[in-house]
Amino acid sequence: MTEIETAIAEELHKIAPDIDAAQIDRAEDLRDECDIDSMDFLNLVTALGQRYGLEMPEAEYPQMRTFDDLAAYIAARVPAG
Amino acid sequence: MATFRMPSLGSDMEDGTLVEWLKAPGDAVTRGEIIAVVETQKGAIEVECFDAGTFDRALVAPGTRVPVGTPLAEIRAPGETTSEPPPATAPPPPAASPEPPPAPEPIAPGPVAAPAAPSGTRLHISPAARRRAEEAGLDLSVFAGATEPIGLAEVEARLSGAAAEAPKPEPLSEMRRAIAAAMERSKREIPHYYLAHDIDLTDLEARLASANAGRPPEDRLLPGAVYVQALARTLKKYPEFNGHFLDGALHASDAVHAGMAIRLRGGGLVAPAILDAQAMDLDQIMAALRDLVARARTGRFRSREFAAATITLTSLGERGVDVMTGVITPPQVAILGLGTPARRPWVVDDAVVPRSIATLTLAADHRVSDGHRGALFLNALARNIATTEIP
Repeated sequence: MTEIETAIAEELHKIAPDIDAAQIDRAEDLRDECDIDSMDFLNLVTALGQRYGLEMPEAEYPQMRTFDDLAAYIAARVPAG
Repeated sequence: MATFRMPSLGSDMEDGTLVEWLKAPGDAVTRGEIIAVVETQKGAIEVECFDAGTFDRALVAPGTRVPVGTPLAEIRAPGETTSEPPPATAPPPPAASPEPPPAPEPIAPGPVAAPAAPSGTRLHISPAARRRAEEAGLDLSVFAGATEPIGLAEVEARLSGAAAEAPKPEPLSEMRRAIAAAMERSKREIPHYYLAHDIDLTDLEARLASANAGRPPEDRLLPGAVYVQALARTLKKYPEFNGHFLDGALHASDAVHAGMAIRLRGGGLVAPAILDAQAMDLDQIMAALRDLVARARTGRFRSREFAAATITLTSLGERGVDVMTGVITPPQVAILGLGTPARRPWVVDDAVVPRSIATLTLAADHRVSDGHRGALFLNALARNIATTEIP
């Protein structure tokens, strides 16, 4: 896993300790895969936004639909380190 | 000296296990401060103390399961001198709650489906036999109608027979038992009536999207916060939907403690309350909602969040269904449901246009309100939700 993917997995785990990122289908809708609701998703976006200094606007949520989408969305906006 | 007791966190709670003391002898205690953690059917709950003073001594050690009402600790009033040194062993807790909460009686004793035992006949069973039956998960109703006292031998005979018959189904989890107890009581005692009304949320969603566009994620609002605020506002004019029905009378509440139905991962649900929602602005309600959901996933609730709820709201969110018909949580008198919004054809200014529509439902207690008032309430709530201004 890349650093960003590890970060997403960590934040998902904080939202619900029973989510195991290794078990989910990363090409499927994240909310369905993790069975999280809009409040959980907002908490995930809040945590990742703070971690990477990103605004992650609501209008761009469709670009964060799956685990892979979300990782790519962040990777495109933070300087590679 | 004040006594801190095992609280009742719902009509269905009989006992709880003290998990942890958050205060030690000599610590100062303020009114409303959390001093203990108790494990109940609803999970670990933080319990507040309603006396101010000094934590004098604990009467029950962590890990002990005691009935509701059992003294757990003594709180010394300000200025009061210390008690005598604690005895080497704490006194045993009383076998039963000294002041059991009065069981609310149904107004009319309606027919009850399949009673466990014929009413009027009490099962004669020895304490040892009862304990053995409980340990083995044997339902005592199998002895209904027995004329001879039931002893250990009778229970063992039943158990060996039952074991030979069929594999025993898995007993209900504590969570499911708590839900079963509350819902059975609700359907037995509360004459529900149901109303539904569609709301056009299109404009509200647009206002929320435009407000959120200028907010960082941590300050964004979800529709749920709007529903709670509109509910608190609407209840001011419709107090008969907000409060508790106890001892044959409605105790309407000025404060709105909005119970939020939150499903738990792994099954079951809880409905802890946003306390004093009528005194909060939208951002404060959103923060409280975030906090409740986060704690539903990982953390703990506080005792008052369960005992105090005066009304319940279920929002099905984005991945639910159109309509939900609620079951009231006793002793509350109403529950609201908001279905998942969907794009539907709608008539606006004599033209059919696609709009975002959600169905709002009310289940209310017919002992304290009627359909006409319910309809006025639901209409007003729908209007207040749809027209909420977003800062």
